[in-house]
Amino acid sequence: MRIDVDSGRCVGAGQCVLAAPALFDQDEAAMVVLLNGEPTGDEVDAAQEAENVCPSGAITLTT
Amino acid sequence: MTVSDQEITAFPVRVPGAPYPPCPYAEFRERPGLVRSELPTGSRVWLVTRHEDVRAVLTDRRISSNPSREGFPSVARTGGVPSQEQIPGWFVGIDPPEHDRFRKALIPEFSVRRIKEWRPLIQETVDRCLDRMLELGGSADLVAEFALPVPSLVISTMLGVPFVDRDFFESRTRTLVDLKASTEDERDLAVRELLRYIGRLIALKQKRPGEDLVSRLLATGVLSPQELTGVIMLLLIAGHETTANNIALGVVTLLANPQWIGDERVADELLRYHSVADLVSLRVAVEDVEVGGQLIRAGEGIMPLIAGANRDLAAFERPDEFDPGRSARQHVAFGYGVHQCLGQNLVRAEMDIVYRTLFRRVPTLAIDADVDALPFKYDGTIFGLHALPVRW
Repeated sequence: MRIDVDSGRCVGAGQCVLAAPALFDQDEAAMVVLLNGEPTGDEVDAAQEAENVCPSGAITLTT
Repeated sequence: MTVSDQEITAFPVRVPGAPYPPCPYAEFRERPGLVRSELPTGSRVWLVTRHEDVRAVLTDRRISSNPSREGFPSVARTGGVPSQEQIPGWFVGIDPPEHDRFRKALIPEFSVRRIKEWRPLIQETVDRCLDRMLELGGSADLVAEFALPVPSLVISTMLGVPFVDRDFFESRTRTLVDLKASTEDERDLAVRELLRYIGRLIALKQKRPGEDLVSRLLATGVLSPQELTGVIMLLLIAGHETTANNIALGVVTLLANPQWIGDERVADELLRYHSVADLVSLRVAVEDVEVGGQLIRAGEGIMPLIAGANRDLAAFERPDEFDPGRSARQHVAFGYGVHQCLGQNLVRAEMDIVYRTLFRRVPTLAIDADVDALPFKYDGTIFGLHALPVRW
């Protein structure tokens, strides 16, 4: 699985950080920062939750 | 069949003694398309109750949040909540791209990390409010003595309101939300007093900046002092009654489900389960748009029912059960899309700290009334409790 983030769409809700703190962070402007774009194991579920709860469609998963 | 010939379904008002959310929501979710209804003001609206459809409405750029647009649903004026026309910076009613300027200026103050930094302050505030309630002896109204002061004192501290002014701040915001105890004139006066006070606070922070939200927002220079006044008013109002009602209803639900006390997943499940801000996400279509198999014409009003979406079986197993063990985080209690609640991480932190602290420090806490006979806010825009008598 590969994760792509679009910080132009990000609205800074931080939902991805709550869902998958090992994969996502927020910068000083609260915009999404991708920590690891290739999740494995349990992180795959967390990545899917992050994509699902993102309010602005800023996270794309490719399998 | 034209739109005007379509069947108008009565708006599902909350009935004292009946379950919340109102039972018709479940039936609406099963109907094809959306439900045409009429608000008590006479405004025609499309009611949206499915989780997928609510998320679609709240993320569609052809659908507007601007209340001055033709066809925007008109709801009865609630309390002293001012409108965008009265106050610049009331950005819940502003569409992108103009909305983005406000969101981008404010959201850094509400990131997951920034809210984590505020946790010691929230803990201190919760402890102080609890001290005051416990001083009353063995019983109190938890809404008046705890649930309402906590969010008000937390936000006023974050804003940098001087300590001596916090009681003034708290009393005026309370006047705004307490529809039973205040008249419309009193609420109008409270709005004017608060706006005047916020104006003075901004002037003070321009002269002597501190480590607070108002000073930092001024330093960015993105918002004018006039806009900042409206923004601060919005933060106060949007985060006060909603949070207080969540706190109070959560106490009732956790006392009935004590095995979940202390679980970090409690806040999101309570937010989903109670969905207090069921009726606030009003919209209007700017172009023709199809949602849930229903054609919505340009200029028609839309009312996503948040509690409907949060009880949708298609999104949550056993949706009417309270179960923090589930994955509830796709709930729309904070809305969805670009307007999703700015303060959501603050609310989560407040709820988490409130319940941990309350049940640890007051292990004998009990409701001092028949739960079914509690004064639920069947009449308010925001669902909740007018009062919650407790003893310990």
